[in-house]
Amino acid sequence: MKDIQTPLVEMKDIHISFGGVKAVDHVDVHLHAGEVVGLLGHNGAGKSTLIKILSGAYRADGGEILINGEKASINNPRDARSYNIETIYQTLALADNLDAASNLFLGRELVTSLGLVDDDAMEAETRRIMGRLNPNFQKFSDPVSALSGGQRQSVAIARAVYFNARILIMDEPTAALGPQETKMVSELIQKLKAEGIGIFLISHDIHDVMELCDRASVMKNGKLVGTVNVADVTDDDLLAMIILGKNPAEKR
Amino acid sequence: MKNGIKNVFDKLGLDTRLLGMIGALLLVWIVFDFYTGGRFLTARNLFNLSVQTASVGVMATGMVFVIVTRHIDLSVGAMLGFVGMLMGALQTFVLPDLLGTGHPMIWIITALFGIALGSLIGAFQGWIIGYLTVPAFIVTLGGLLVWRGAAWWVTSGQTVAPLDATFKLLGGGAEGTLGAMPSWVLGLFAAGAALVLLALSRSRKASHGFVVKPVWAELTVGGIVAALILGYTWLMNSYPLPKGAVKRIYAARGEIVPEGLNLVYGIAIPVLILLLVAAVMTFVASRTRFGRYVYATGGNPEAAELSGINTRLLTVKIFALMGALTGIAAIIASARLGSAANDLGTLDELRVIAAAVIGGTALAGGVGTIYGAILGALIMQSLQSGMAMVGVDAPLQAIVVGVVLVFAVYIDIVYRRRTGL
Repeated sequence: MKDIQTPLVEMKDIHISFGGVKAVDHVDVHLHAGEVVGLLGHNGAGKSTLIKILSGAYRADGGEILINGEKASINNPRDARSYNIETIYQTLALADNLDAASNLFLGRELVTSLGLVDDDAMEAETRRIMGRLNPNFQKFSDPVSALSGGQRQSVAIARAVYFNARILIMDEPTAALGPQETKMVSELIQKLKAEGIGIFLISHDIHDVMELCDRASVMKNGKLVGTVNVADVTDDDLLAMIILGKNPAEKR
Repeated sequence: MKNGIKNVFDKLGLDTRLLGMIGALLLVWIVFDFYTGGRFLTARNLFNLSVQTASVGVMATGMVFVIVTRHIDLSVGAMLGFVGMLMGALQTFVLPDLLGTGHPMIWIITALFGIALGSLIGAFQGWIIGYLTVPAFIVTLGGLLVWRGAAWWVTSGQTVAPLDATFKLLGGGAEGTLGAMPSWVLGLFAAGAALVLLALSRSRKASHGFVVKPVWAELTVGGIVAALILGYTWLMNSYPLPKGAVKRIYAARGEIVPEGLNLVYGIAIPVLILLLVAAVMTFVASRTRFGRYVYATGGNPEAAELSGINTRLLTVKIFALMGALTGIAAIIASARLGSAANDLGTLDELRVIAAAVIGGTALAGGVGTIYGAILGALIMQSLQSGMAMVGVDAPLQAIVVGVVLVFAVYIDIVYRRRTGL
């Protein structure tokens, strides 16, 4: 059923090299609305590089990106945002010296009628969304460097969710989190999925992927090993793909 | 008891670093006042001190943005010399021939030219730094040599004098002040504006349902600010003009000095320029997107870029702004001397950087305030004037300033570590 619809995102034949190293080597992935696609692979397999091309942080050497079946040109993070692509980076990409509200609205500040940044309005909005995402969050006037790992993560997540993302990229969203907060992120993913948002989830954790994802694409040394329906494979199949680069479809 | 005091400071919401710097400044003042036998804390000396701080203070506000974004500008002193020389040549050799000597437009055209030229030079250096990715240290080190050399070429090293009479007023001096009445008007207006801004901010926060400071704390802060502004105005207005200067002014108008007239200096024009620059730069830093992006880029350049901020163009703008402020400083510095010499602004880059750094601007980026930089400039200037008054030898002066600079930054590092910021 799903395959008949036009995918939300199609990345076709994407390739990029850094100094002769093929970081992403002619990879195809796609994502439907309301679907979670896991991107798996070792460190340096090219998953982060691939999604940074989608989020506009890198420009691909070749290949094309289709959004809703139409060719999209994404040359910088601003372009990506204009296609409602939001990204939670593994590094969180927060300006540590600024407070939560300034980070949440960075590059998209709320302004007064005179075009001046409206800090009070931004803080009010931040309080509103944090009340939903992480009710324990209270440090609204401290720089984010004063926050715990989990609190910083929730600022990064709030930033991606606030602006009505249709395509969400999450790069290791639970890496810095304790069990409680990890559960919160899992619930959030389920909820966003139910709202019809398409999510690329990069993770090291096979269990996360098995639990949260509909499909999984595995990369190794910049190449796509294969894409599988999570329901059709076991943990071991995925591990074999990651470690050996062996596609379960080839077995049969 | 100790907790009680801490609680009061918390409620007042005052920046402890700001209090520390004001404390350091007062300490310097009191020590010098003691050693000079009460000659330091006089209206006359504080007038001179504020005028001497103006040029470096103006540039220090721009240097805050430069250092906050993890750059440096070593070229400001040389740029000041070059811009000053060209402004001198323009108002002395070119414009009088076109408009006639003493034409009222001369100073305006010259000043605008200086600011525009400074912006252009700054933008050019910023372009090399932002787009060609040559480190700011190298680009502006090159600039230091280039613009100082260029300053010499303007007149083959000859000093340009005298400058336009109206232009010279921008440097202060006996006539370059506001006088009693305008000073009071300005002081009252500034104090009123500060109180209105505080009240507006409070009501805006309250309308969003945020926790606001208790009324007494708000009133205390407002009272201190208003008292400082009006106190300074009063002080400047209690510095009498020398009888000779009064006679000269009246003679120039073809009038006789009325019997029993006592004129006062009031606030000096360069100080007024510094205060205006400080107000505008504080506004830019806290209320505009540009200012927000400056601090975001300083805190995490990668995050700023991923947020869609064009950090290259931002670099050009920051250096262009630094250049424009250097142009303003060149106006003040050359007008104060009444001449333009090609060594104008020598070593100013170090004074400006030291002022910003003593004022709490971190070279690691992301942190720095406009008021801090100006306080830093004032502390540096107080040290230098004070030592000169006491009669400390010039080499020892340099040693003291150098030691203080390193010590101040060390204190700041300890403070940051303790407060975890």
